[in-house]
Amino acid sequence: MADKAELVAFEQAVLPHLGAAFNLARWLTGNDHDAEDVVQESYLRALRFFSGFRGGNSRPWLLAIVRNTCYTWLRRNRMDDSTAELDEDMPAMDSASSNPEAVLLSAARRDLVQRALEDLPAALREIVILREMEGMSYKEIAEVTAVPIGTVMSRLARARARLQQLLAGANSEEARA
Amino acid sequence: MSCREVQELLHGYADGELDLVGNLEMERHFRECAACASDYERLRGLRAAMSSSLPYFQPPSGLERRLRSRLRRAAPAKRSIHWQRAAIAAALVLTVAGAWRVALMSQRSDSSDILAAEAVSSHVRSLMAAHLTDVSSSDRHTVKPWFNGKLDFSPPVGDFPSQGFTLAGGRLDYLDDRPVAALVYESRQHVINLFVWPAPERPDSEIRATYRQGYHVLHWTKAQMNHWAVSDLNARELSDFAELVRKAE
Repeated sequence: MADKAELVAFEQAVLPHLGAAFNLARWLTGNDHDAEDVVQESYLRALRFFSGFRGGNSRPWLLAIVRNTCYTWLRRNRMDDSTAELDEDMPAMDSASSNPEAVLLSAARRDLVQRALEDLPAALREIVILREMEGMSYKEIAEVTAVPIGTVMSRLARARARLQQLLAGANSEEARA
Repeated sequence: MSCREVQELLHGYADGELDLVGNLEMERHFRECAACASDYERLRGLRAAMSSSLPYFQPPSGLERRLRSRLRRAAPAKRSIHWQRAAIAAALVLTVAGAWRVALMSQRSDSSDILAAEAVSSHVRSLMAAHLTDVSSSDRHTVKPWFNGKLDFSPPVGDFPSQGFTLAGGRLDYLDDRPVAALVYESRQHVINLFVWPAPERPDSEIRATYRQGYHVLHWTKAQMNHWAVSDLNARELSDFAELVRKAE
């Protein structure tokens, strides 16, 4: 009986975040089918760890498990260098090299923005997703990704500078063609 | 604020991670500096483009149902019956032995957990916002009077340069639902925030230590004042510091 009550508590805590879990897994694995596998595996793992969850905000707790399951899955199934360790000392690109009109113009084309994000290394992509799509604070993102808050901020700066650059680049190529 | 500082804090500002003073300083800078203001506009443009363009992928229909049935199958095997019995026995022992005491203790540790979290985020914010001090001085005879009129108490201000802890200044902060004095010390390249506010009728206590998000946090009560020290300094050096502060009062 205790298990049943625990399962109900578990479902109440984490099923409301199924959308967020799937979206994160979909962005990290790149397709629906793999995302579903990862989400199912994540929830089973989360259930095993649930007794160690001390209450509080279950969303970062669950997303941390989804994220780790994604990385394990990517390493096992792909030779994907997008999960390679980041060189934290590499400076963010100078955002002054891109031009604001170009970014705003290209915003009209959804797939361009989407492709730019897909082209980022996973360690930068996940931070953009957690911040821009889930609206998480730096502290929550730090909890999910297991890096210090300062690193969250510097990765976010690098990710956004890269996106600005990719978008401006794509735009000027198109203008030339 | 210099352009360099503004550039470092641009994302923190856009994401609402700065404190009030930080926000005001950023806004003042944007009014005076067209280059930084246009960088901020560009960042806003990118974020607007992302929020209108990035697809939020919806889970396939039936995923929740499939998940529920897998969870149901996985749940019963999860814990052996022995553990359940042991857990029930332990729970009974605890209940009989001193439920009231456990409740009291957990209540206390909850509130000090929250305070520790608040103290750490104040510490982090003070570093992020480049707003470490409102009064910068290594002279405690400058720092102490600065708080007069800003607080309804006068925090004890010590300085321990010969032991390696130099007073760098002070500022007002907000903890435990009230304004508190934040004294800033430096030790080598590390910053210590010491938060002080009155604890009327509270007896002196030993130093208690916790560790959160890579920061050591020590707290104690002395002379009816709460003290919370937060730093990325190692545990031993931070407790040396705490002992010095305690003895000085």
